[in-house]
Amino acid sequence: MSTRKVPEDLAQYIACPNCDALYTAALPEEGGRAVCARCHTVLISTRENAGIQVLALSAAVLILVIAAVFHPFLEIHASGFGNRVSLLDVATSFRSGTLVLVSVATVMLIVLVPLIRTLLLIYVIAPIELKRPPLRHAKGAFHLAQELKPWAMTEVFSIGCAVALVKVSDLAQLDFGPAFWMFLALSVFVVINDRYLCTWSIWAAIEDTP
Amino acid sequence: MITARQSGLVACRSCGRVWPLGTPTCGRCGAALVSRDAKSLQRVMAWWTAGLICYIPANLYPMLVTTTFGSEEKGTIVGGAIEIARHGDFLIAAIVLIASVMIPVSKFIAIAYLAHSAWRPRPGGALRRLHLFEATEFIGRWSMIDVFVVAILSALVQFSVVASIHPGPAALTFALSVIFTMLSAKSFDPRLIWDGETIESPAEP
Ligand SMILES: [Zn+2]
Ligand SMILES: [Zn+2]
Repeated sequence: MSTRKVPEDLAQYIACPNCDALYTAALPEEGGRAVCARCHTVLISTRENAGIQVLALSAAVLILVIAAVFHPFLEIHASGFGNRVSLLDVATSFRSGTLVLVSVATVMLIVLVPLIRTLLLIYVIAPIELKRPPLRHAKGAFHLAQELKPWAMTEVFSIGCAVALVKVSDLAQLDFGPAFWMFLALSVFVVINDRYLCTWSIWAAIEDTP
Repeated sequence: MITARQSGLVACRSCGRVWPLGTPTCGRCGAALVSRDAKSLQRVMAWWTAGLICYIPANLYPMLVTTTFGSEEKGTIVGGAIEIARHGDFLIAAIVLIASVMIPVSKFIAIAYLAHSAWRPRPGGALRRLHLFEATEFIGRWSMIDVFVVAILSALVQFSVVASIHPGPAALTFALSVIFTMLSAKSFDPRLIWDGETIESPAEP
């Protein structure tokens, strides 16, 4: 194995998380992306006003998540009976024994994790955009936000609503409630948000915080 | 091209920063640093096995228990999909089958193949294997659809004697199976894929 002498200042390097290729980090021109030559993973992506857009989308996600919890997302009408459920009802739907765990997991994955992740991103990115020093524990907050990313499942839940609608179509008539449309919008916002988010730029910006 | 390891450095997978080999934690983001996570394959296979063990009862036991006028009907994952297809909604039946059967099964096969090939690195096909890994990571969460459907229906259909829907034991084991396989994929260190590759001439990013 060949070992090359590397200069002392390691901060100027960036390594690909997927194949370990080492590069000298160079900020691409506005709107450009630095892509790993070996495995094509996007290492750095810059976009004009990316921070502001992430903040705006995060604020929208925050409002939508909270509103979606209290509004019904599905309404059911069957001969003389009617029912409308919000996420709070889903949270309490599994009453018997160990199946409570399923409802706990459902609420975590579709409400709590997206909510916490959005709050963490706002906490980390807002000071950067306002040209202020990062807040305390910004690094830990951003690390946690990245770890939570695969566990936010709002878009999966939206498709689940559609499947549920068909599944009981012979039993009763189902209609989408306002929260369903909020969830759909939410899912789109979360996906766009993650495309704008450049992990490397944020780490570089909060590097020197305690 | 040169890797961080060949330069005597260890890379942080979470933030991209590099440190001298042997540094225990990343000074920038606090993540634990390992040049090549050799133990990662053991973790991958441990979660993989747990996921597989949970997937078997998830298919045998009922997912949904529907009570209409006192008569009880128990539906498994595959049974439920067949029921939907019988009503003519082939698209929805396909979504359920893909999310609950095809995705989990191909995930088990893909992870086992990736772990096996990382155990004995060979040159060739690394890019293809990385794409397989990224696809595995991406599609895993979509298996949760059926669990969410059960949660939604159990909350929605509660009309005392006329009709009520309750979750069956498979709802829990299936959810656990999805979570365990997601953890299995997450434990995999994709840098292991590249170790058998020969390094080409230097290139700029
Ligand atoms: Zn790479
Ligand atoms: Zn780091």
